[in-house]
Amino acid sequence: MMSRVLKCHVGIGSKVEGVALVADDNFSARYDLDRLSGVFSRPQHALAGESYVDKILVLNTAKGGVATAWMLYEMVSRGMAPKALLLNSANTILAQGAALAELPLCDRFEDGDVTGLINTGDQLIVDPEIGQVSLMNG
Amino acid sequence: MKLTSKAQALAAGEFGPARQWAIEHQQQIGRMFDAADMVEVSQAHMMADPESIGLAGVELVEGFAALPEAERRVVVPMITDPRGVDLNYYDPLGQTEAMADLERRFIFACRAMGIVMTNTCINYQTVMPPVRGEHVAYGDTGVVIYSNSFCGARSNFEGGPSALAAGLTGLTPRYGLHLDENRVATKRFVVEKQPEELTEWGVLGAVIGKRAGSYWEVPVVEGIERVPTSDEAKHMGAAMASYGSTPLFHIVGVTPECDSLADVEGGDLPVESITGRELAELRGSFGAVGEKVDVVVFAAPQLSLVEMQSVAALCRGRTKHKDTSMLVCTPASVYVDAEAAGYIEDIENFGARVLQGTCFYQQYAREIGEANGWIRLLSNSTKIVNILGGYGYKPALASMTECVDSAVAGKIV
Repeated sequence: MMSRVLKCHVGIGSKVEGVALVADDNFSARYDLDRLSGVFSRPQHALAGESYVDKILVLNTAKGGVATAWMLYEMVSRGMAPKALLLNSANTILAQGAALAELPLCDRFEDGDVTGLINTGDQLIVDPEIGQVSLMNG
Repeated sequence: MKLTSKAQALAAGEFGPARQWAIEHQQQIGRMFDAADMVEVSQAHMMADPESIGLAGVELVEGFAALPEAERRVVVPMITDPRGVDLNYYDPLGQTEAMADLERRFIFACRAMGIVMTNTCINYQTVMPPVRGEHVAYGDTGVVIYSNSFCGARSNFEGGPSALAAGLTGLTPRYGLHLDENRVATKRFVVEKQPEELTEWGVLGAVIGKRAGSYWEVPVVEGIERVPTSDEAKHMGAAMASYGSTPLFHIVGVTPECDSLADVEGGDLPVESITGRELAELRGSFGAVGEKVDVVVFAAPQLSLVEMQSVAALCRGRTKHKDTSMLVCTPASVYVDAEAAGYIEDIENFGARVLQGTCFYQQYAREIGEANGWIRLLSNSTKIVNILGGYGYKPALASMTECVDSAVAGKIV
């Protein structure tokens, strides 16, 4: 199997493997999600109507207030969370929420805009401890 | 990250599992943001409404609260952001017993940990404003931006879990706004039209926040001809943080770290003008004159005693329209003073309701909107109209005077 390796900053959480869901848009658990049904609910979001459950979400940046710091933990507790988050730039709140939820999070990719480096459907291995994402497309 | 011997002992679990969880949480954050070490904080402020924390978050905090006293109590003064349920007034709003129970359990657990339930997002007006150079761990973006910008204190946005961790360790990772180099200006704005009342200060903050666009940008603002009042500064900061995730800004000649542009290294930055037209456009996007209004909301941030006085004066001797509701959110400490001054009576005789210790958008806004049939919402808060579009409302923005006049008319004046 061919693989391509993307380097990023050291992130939060443990190594995880999954399928990417990508958009050039931002992320807030409070404003963008229907957390009960596990889909993007804000009509203006590029992923409106898409399920994020067990996906590796690849988006631009964090937005909004502090609520996401609690919400990721609550989503993980019900098994209705993404598998990991990859961003160009996280803010403090998203990092704090990922740490509480033990949800893998990486940002600051060396090769530029991560939403252009990864496509929806790509199989990924995310390793936040060394700051590395591998694309496993055969 | 370098840890003191005390912090190492916390990490080794010598002070119990809650403090061990806390320092491990902080180590993860510190590593992600390249913190060299920890800094001691003097206060913590936790955002934790039940809609956000959910059952899982309440159970986490209950687990800490069940530990022996020496292991569960916070080690620095720690206070709370608004609650999601006013336990004296929730059924009439359409909030359920399940919501109230979650709130009661959380309050009980917090008290066992020694957390003071101030339930306020204006602690810099009502509890204990931080001083210049003081390192704190504050939640609520409005609290952080005011404290950094107008008090000269040092805080990152600390979400609920991180504020809790800071309360348990007395520390926070030294990154972001705890460091001098991240407090210098990165964007320079010149204001061409002077803001006058609260909503205009909010709109100005919103436009700057939108243009700044990220947590890691620090705007410096020139051209402000009048020192804002605390309430005007509050609305400006809250809106900027809401639209831009901005945690710090400077106003030349006003905020304490910026007597001159040189103080914040802003002299060489390109100048961006904020025109009257741009302000009018943002405000106009929330205009709906002539439309029926379902609910008028004064909140986000909670009202100070001075704002309560102003609302009361507008309400006195008048009655709201029967088909329009009006809610006013203030902390319990302000409520007591407002009651003694007769303001609560003025507002409630008008037909409005004053809620204690909540803030409208943090109190299951979607559910209470659906329960009451509220769609068209009017407020003087530029922050709240930004948030509530995602909660099924059609929000509109007007000055405090226009809001009360609209509540009387039943339509937006």
